[in-house]
Amino acid sequence: MADYHWPPADKCSLIGRRISRIDGPWKSSGRIQYSYDVNRPNMLHGKMVFSPYAHAKVVSIDTSAAEKMPGVKAVDIITEPGKEVFWAGHEVAAVAAETEEQARDAARRIQVRYEKLPHLVSDVDPRKAGEHTKQLAEQTDGNPDQALQQAEVTSEGEYGVPVITHCCLESHGQVAEWDGDNLTIYASTQNVSGMPAEMARAKIADSADKVRVLTPVMGGGFGSKFGADTWGLACARLAKKAGRPVKMMLERDQELMAAGARPSMYARVKVGAKKDGTLTGWTSESWGTGGPDAQGGAPNIPYVVRIPDRRAQHTAVLTNIGPARAWRAPNHPQMCLITMSALDDLAAKLAMDPVEMLQKNIQMTGQLAKTYSAELEKAAELMDWKKKWHPRGDKTPGPIKRGWGVSIHTWGGGGHPSNCNCTIQPDGSVSASLGSQDLGTGTRTVIGIITAETMGLPLEAVKVNIGDSKYPADGASGGSTTVGGVSASTRRAATAALNQLLDKVAPSLNAKPDELEAVDGQICVKGNPGRAISWKQACAKLGTASITGVGQRERGDDLISSGVGGAQMAEVSVDTETGLVQVDKLVAVQDCGLIIDLKTAESQVYGACIMGITYSLFEHKIMDEQTGRCLNADLEFYKLAGIGDFGDIVVHMMTGPGYDERGVIGLGEPPVISPGAAISNAVANAIGVRVPTLPLTPDKVLGALGKGAVA
Amino acid sequence: MAKLEDPKDPTQKSESQEKRGLRRREFVKLVGGTGVAATAQVLAGHQLAAARTTVPEEVRGSGKVVGPGPVEMTLRINGQAKKLTVEPRVTLLDALRNHLDLTGAKKVCDRGTCGACTIIVNGKPTYSCSVLAIEAADRDGKSGADIRTIEGLAPEGKLHPVSTAFVENDAQQCGFCTPGFVMSCAAYLETHRNPNVEEVKQALGGNLCRCGTYMGVRNAVVEAAMSMKGGRA
Repeated sequence: MADYHWPPADKCSLIGRRISRIDGPWKSSGRIQYSYDVNRPNMLHGKMVFSPYAHAKVVSIDTSAAEKMPGVKAVDIITEPGKEVFWAGHEVAAVAAETEEQARDAARRIQVRYEKLPHLVSDVDPRKAGEHTKQLAEQTDGNPDQALQQAEVTSEGEYGVPVITHCCLESHGQVAEWDGDNLTIYASTQNVSGMPAEMARAKIADSADKVRVLTPVMGGGFGSKFGADTWGLACARLAKKAGRPVKMMLERDQELMAAGARPSMYARVKVGAKKDGTLTGWTSESWGTGGPDAQGGAPNIPYVVRIPDRRAQHTAVLTNIGPARAWRAPNHPQMCLITMSALDDLAAKLAMDPVEMLQKNIQMTGQLAKTYSAELEKAAELMDWKKKWHPRGDKTPGPIKRGWGVSIHTWGGGGHPSNCNCTIQPDGSVSASLGSQDLGTGTRTVIGIITAETMGLPLEAVKVNIGDSKYPADGASGGSTTVGGVSASTRRAATAALNQLLDKVAPSLNAKPDELEAVDGQICVKGNPGRAISWKQACAKLGTASITGVGQRERGDDLISSGVGGAQMAEVSVDTETGLVQVDKLVAVQDCGLIIDLKTAESQVYGACIMGITYSLFEHKIMDEQTGRCLNADLEFYKLAGIGDFGDIVVHMMTGPGYDERGVIGLGEPPVISPGAAISNAVANAIGVRVPTLPLTPDKVLGALGKGAVA
Repeated sequence: MAKLEDPKDPTQKSESQEKRGLRRREFVKLVGGTGVAATAQVLAGHQLAAARTTVPEEVRGSGKVVGPGPVEMTLRINGQAKKLTVEPRVTLLDALRNHLDLTGAKKVCDRGTCGACTIIVNGKPTYSCSVLAIEAADRDGKSGADIRTIEGLAPEGKLHPVSTAFVENDAQQCGFCTPGFVMSCAAYLETHRNPNVEEVKQALGGNLCRCGTYMGVRNAVVEAAMSMKGGRA
């Protein structure tokens, strides 16, 4: 019988190679339809009505004028009169009309009367938040006060990251279409298999099995697209009322106001060490907002480097900025920025190379200490750190100062629940079916590679069926758990299918099934390629019936694991006259266990680095304290980095012995964690002072320089 | 299910919509592409090569009033004349996506910033969200703008060299910005045959990606240029 364990690297023809994503041609030819592109016969367009106030009670909603508008076919109330809205952009009502323009007109004519209530949108100081705060449980290890008293050197600082948004390019939304009691939703979702049950729970459909969700591709999620959301439910209701399909995608301002925000996090930190750089104590008072409730949780800081004596207190500020959603590696970029900035400032005080300080304390990182150490060495080599790094403050003349910074990070990964059916047809065709989804990470390609590798077939011979809730249930894509989940279930399903085929074929090769293997498009006796039959001939022996292997990610599955480390280094130039920061180079060294597709894996890291540069330099959801509204709910003023807004990015994946045998581990999130800290540290190294909060905009750089100018 | 009306059939639509159209408050939204693009350049550091809104000369100042109801018009798309009936306020992007089922051009910012809706109009890469359909349509007996969308870049089932280079260099993740990038690249390479990476950064400054595929894009454009030259030789 074929063994389900991963084959060794020298036996792999596909796994671990650089392989182009299989849905690449669909995307780059513009021919694949995203939810936003689905045009059903007789389809209506839906538009939402959002609260203009950050906090208000809905007094009344008059839809009569809107209902009389040309083309209007259905109206839906989302927030009933008497209920409160908690952020500007809170969903109130929706309308469906023949054309998008008519729907937009009608949405404007829905008359909502509000009773305005006091709001809070500022998260910069919890002392000004009054009762809108919630103290979370204090975390204490050892005796931090004593440790700091006895420390030979201490450093104090304030660091922070503001609220940013997800800003998926395909906005949230869906097309909903009813056929009797049966509902089909073309949804831009990270949770294809989970949405039917959600629709049933919300009493939209009679039962989950009457709902089908289709997501062949989706235009970005980053943690913001797990649920059907109010617009999903409203869209289904509008379609039911109108008796016609309805498309309702959020407009860009709505996307930025209501459809996703990463919690802010600020902290006052005191950290202490011995003269040799050994870290001894840490105390932090942190705060931040995850919107109207205490989402986000208390940060577990110091991050990665577990200083033995520490106390971390956290205050959640409850604001009317809109609901927080999981943002690629929830909490980690914030915790990383705060911790690595504080350690970097301490190293500067000791005039110590921060890489040396991390290496000195590497045992505090726990199980991954050896990995971090090796990654720091590799990153230093790729950055030429030892030659380039200088003590804090670039002493060279001229307004452009250059600096270097470092950071390390961790993430779990693991594998979510996953089920795969792998079918071999008598004509030799092979398919793998899972109710999973590809967010652009390469999930579809990974499934194809594993199936083809298992069958000894080229990648083109395998059909991958995902993005449809009729396929075997799969987990939501969050926490970098998808690649682990689908890799385990697919490998097991493909192996099970192959073993059934080997059973059928064995007699004709005069061998036992466990003496056979599938390689190079044929079934042969192991080590004897002469005694073989082609894949097609083998499958023909199935007669008229196909065979299906069933696989699921097992509990404690030995094909996968979790827990990765990464190290990043940034090189920046700062113009001290304009305050402009340029990231000249970012080096990212990352492990993620066994890599299935090196090309798409590297793309995840490149992409995360660029997303990291973007939040380090540009991103901030800016709220107006007076009106409570978001001031930059558009792409002119909510800024994303362009192709020319950074220099070079160097990615190195840790693979081979010591890494591969750990099995598959998720990668989507970890590399987005460190850029903020590495870049902030590089800027401090360049200009000699800390710019306390991200994004590192010119005004803040100049402000920091004003407080402590470059020597 | 009963046989449904085809919403894209202009003959069905025009009758009912003409009546309704007259009653409606009129609102024509024309975003000044040049102004927006210049702002983005200063604020975001996006290095836009050029502002991309193209208003055909013959439309400007013709003095003729159309609308506010739906108007029949003809667009020249991928070498074919396409008739449709839409309100004058409908953008070229919405006309393509909602009325002609050409959904390769994507709607993201809808304000001339991100480039996801990029198509090629009269040879120039153009933000289709910032042009009204009627501006690009046939007018006064003259042919309208020559509009090329990604669907017309290569025959179905075949890939344009730029699309191939995007696949090979993994210059796409979620892929939602990709058609806009491909069209910007294709238009750029028609006039610049030997770009280096620095020039690519300038040329594609008007397209935004959230997944962070820029490293792949930088390489893809250079590679596509080489393969297109090879094809011509």
